[in-house]
Amino acid sequence: MQIKTDLEKPIFLQIAEGIEDAILSGAFEEGKQIPSITEFSITYKINPATALKGINILVDAGFLYKKRGLGMFVTEGAVKELQKKRKEQFYMNYIAVLIEEAKRLYITESEIKSMIESGFHK
Amino acid sequence: MNGIEVKKVSKYYGQTCALNNISLTFEKNKIYGLLGRNGAGKSTLLNIITNRIFADHGEVFVDGLRAEENDKAQSNMYLMSEKNYYPDKMKLKDIFKWTKQFYRNFDMEYARQLAEKFDLNCDKSVKQLSTGYLSIFKLVVALSVNTPYVFLDEPVLGLDANNRDLFYRILLEKYSITPFTIVISTHLIEEITSIIEEIIIIKNGSIVQSESMEEFLGKGYAVSGPAALVDSYTADKQIIATDTLGGLKTAYILGKPENRTDGLEISNLNLQKLFIQMTNS
Repeated sequence: MQIKTDLEKPIFLQIAEGIEDAILSGAFEEGKQIPSITEFSITYKINPATALKGINILVDAGFLYKKRGLGMFVTEGAVKELQKKRKEQFYMNYIAVLIEEAKRLYITESEIKSMIESGFHK
Repeated sequence: MNGIEVKKVSKYYGQTCALNNISLTFEKNKIYGLLGRNGAGKSTLLNIITNRIFADHGEVFVDGLRAEENDKAQSNMYLMSEKNYYPDKMKLKDIFKWTKQFYRNFDMEYARQLAEKFDLNCDKSVKQLSTGYLSIFKLVVALSVNTPYVFLDEPVLGLDANNRDLFYRILLEKYSITPFTIVISTHLIEEITSIIEEIIIIKNGSIVQSESMEEFLGKGYAVSGPAALVDSYTADKQIIATDTLGGLKTAYILGKPENRTDGLEISNLNLQKLFIQMTNS
């Protein structure tokens, strides 16, 4: 997980996505506690309010939950739900961009298909 | 009212107007970035708030108390000044003791721990310190006084990259455990982008911008691509500046970007770029 201040994406969204990635990869396990706001703030040198804002997005979405006095935990079943959410965004985030660049370079549909196939069989 | 209120403050040095009728508020427990070009009036403002110099007009209130010549109000604030006011021959550990006399909540043990983290030898005297270590020493004091308001004027002057990194982390650690108001005046804009919550920009003695970082960063964007395309895109927009390179053009625009346009690249302006565009005269 890395935070970049020169990206178009606001830092709190980068935090939220970084935590999502960590949940998907298993670095933050379901049912287990994630680092505190203070730890996020110090590690990434960000204002604690920004870290909190990023974490709250995931709390509102149900991927994290708060245990009073203890901290933030990963919800059971969060991995499956996140995979579902990311799959829904896959077309817009990856395929649409891919097709746009392919058109600029006059790469044909069948050329892309064979690239994808060879990518899978590497 | 809680917080620091600066009300219609003006300051002249002879014929030169250093601050022109400035009003602003520092709220409790927030981190502010006070930005401005050399000579914009940042240090003058901080020195007036902390009673080191006097305003010609206007007033400053700290938690509702008048700040001028008021020990009670002043004891809630600490200014780490860019200048050195400590006696040359005094040892650092003795300055710690004196500071404790003036600031009751000065945490001697914490100051020693910080000195150790920065490899600062407290048996040295002020004149034995390099520029960087003089800054580090002043920072150690500023982080240990435990006043509700701390002003840091050029806090990282002369610090190497490692020590700047260490300072930002220590500052955030302290702040997230016990929040207080921090005002950072610096020229290393990029480094504080993610740390500050509110931004104040001073230009020629006046406030040109005072708002949350998030709002500020959403204020402008850049469009680049072939000059003709950029020109037609920007025809009805407020341009702050442009750069041209051969047939390529980049326009810096105030406002929110529209939907994507084919052939044009739209990017956010980071804090430094926005700052430069807004304070160029």
